[in-house]
Amino acid sequence: MNLTFATLADLQNSLRNREISATELTQYYLARIDALDPALNSFISIHTEAALDAATRADKAFAQGDVRPLTGIPIAQKDIFCLQGHRTTAGSKMLANFIAPYTATCSQKLADAGAITLGKTNMDEFAMGSSNENSYFGAVHNPWDHDLIPGGSSGGSAAAVAAGLCAASTGTDTGGSIRQPAAMCGLTGLKPTYGRISRWGMIAFASSLDQAGPMARTAQDAAILLEHMAGHDPRDSTSLNEPVPRFSEGLGGSIKGLRIGVCQEFFTEGLDPAVERTIRDALAVYESLGATLVDVSLPHTPYSISAYYVIAPAECSANLARFDGIRYGHRCLDPENLQDLYQRSRGEGFGEEVKKRILVGTFALSAGYFDAFYHRAQKIRRLIKEDFVKAFENVDIIAGPTAPTPAFALGEKASNPVEMYLQDIFTISASLAGVPAMSIPAGLANGLPVGLQLIGNYRQEGTLLQAAHQFQQETPWHTLTPPEAL
Amino acid sequence: MNDLVNEKTLVELSTLAALPFEPEKSKATLDALNEVLALVAQMQTVDISDVAPLAHPLEQYQSLRADSVTENIDSNALSHNAPLYEAGLYFVPKVIE
Repeated sequence: MNLTFATLADLQNSLRNREISATELTQYYLARIDALDPALNSFISIHTEAALDAATRADKAFAQGDVRPLTGIPIAQKDIFCLQGHRTTAGSKMLANFIAPYTATCSQKLADAGAITLGKTNMDEFAMGSSNENSYFGAVHNPWDHDLIPGGSSGGSAAAVAAGLCAASTGTDTGGSIRQPAAMCGLTGLKPTYGRISRWGMIAFASSLDQAGPMARTAQDAAILLEHMAGHDPRDSTSLNEPVPRFSEGLGGSIKGLRIGVCQEFFTEGLDPAVERTIRDALAVYESLGATLVDVSLPHTPYSISAYYVIAPAECSANLARFDGIRYGHRCLDPENLQDLYQRSRGEGFGEEVKKRILVGTFALSAGYFDAFYHRAQKIRRLIKEDFVKAFENVDIIAGPTAPTPAFALGEKASNPVEMYLQDIFTISASLAGVPAMSIPAGLANGLPVGLQLIGNYRQEGTLLQAAHQFQQETPWHTLTPPEAL
Repeated sequence: MNDLVNEKTLVELSTLAALPFEPEKSKATLDALNEVLALVAQMQTVDISDVAPLAHPLEQYQSLRADSVTENIDSNALSHNAPLYEAGLYFVPKVIE
């Protein structure tokens, strides 16, 4: 077995059959991180000692027959999840020295299932970005071509898996931050239904949109991770109080008769022709598997970016008010008074994109503009949700491109923020509606990975994963690996 | 579309957001904000009459719980992250003369 790009499912078998020990596997990935990550910058913190300790415990568990579903599996976690006793930065100078006093629920669930955390991955500051260029800890490089961005905001998590530095990783998705980097690095990434995974211990950006999810090589791996991340949490009152299906057990069934909606609004002017060809080819694969393609319309999709860039900044301006330079986080030197302490600590601790979004959100929530911006955006959000509700009366899933282009050059869109925001044009509507959506490798365009986005109805992650798995039984795209990572 | 934010508004927004107003960056910040607000303005063309705002994607509402302590976090663990902390107190600049 090629350990570098082994699937989580393969590693489970190898560990259980004692073909490799958890310690050997952990050492193998740590050595790869040591050798390759200086060129990628996908990790902010590497937990060498804690990971090797956990691997020793995993090997003891194997010896004693006390095996849990993820025992000995090394993963990476986006540096937005609090892990008790470990630095948790959210990619920000503000939290550069913050040691989490508790562990995020979904991270604890993964640890309880036996997973080993190798380290914390780089990300756009407070998850605000689509290229991973907004990190205080520097940009992440795409393993497929180091001159390109890996996507964002979970760019470190995507690059680490794509480069074979870990078996899988966790990410978060507010407007596309799991799906878009998964697409650009050739991975399978899933944003579940809003509320499926607890947000407790996950540093907040926009609370009504933020969702954690898995980033992996295959739909099967994503299913395995999801079933161990999901579940009701009394500490998060927005978490779904419903049983978690065994997603990994429902992948094998035929998708003959599956109705796939092809949304005309996803095939717009800005879509790269090579990406469109790849997506059309992927849809033809689904037809060959017995699925039926049905034209659907999500007419309010063009307004999703506008609504998102009111709602997300509004929520971010409220959430990030907690960073005051007093209880935790960066504090300026020699403040003249309390106001000076707040303003300079925040001015020094936050990066430019974060400050801009806080100001936009403050504007949208201010007296005189609230109705015209925030209230209106929330109404458009309902229209976007109703588009999906109507579409799902006639189809089981909706398919289209994840992003309008493959990965672009580092710095290419730095001076054009609106063009950067349009990277998320196809992913944001599912975020606003709260429906589950995933990206799977669909082929290459100009030698770079292209993601096929599959969007499901509320709570139907199982249908998405099954459709993705069946596609991956017929196509080789998820097995392609970056030439520079070998 | 005219710029919605001018320098006077930016000063007010900075104060509300507890961010410093930096005169040397004022033009760049104004341009960036107005560019986002111009993008956002596209939604002003949508007919929203009789549409109720959506606060939660699944139309769920915050559940109530008993007003009682369920867990405690060691204050010592929290204090390690405080920039200036001593004898159980967080230090701030003098606020009362």
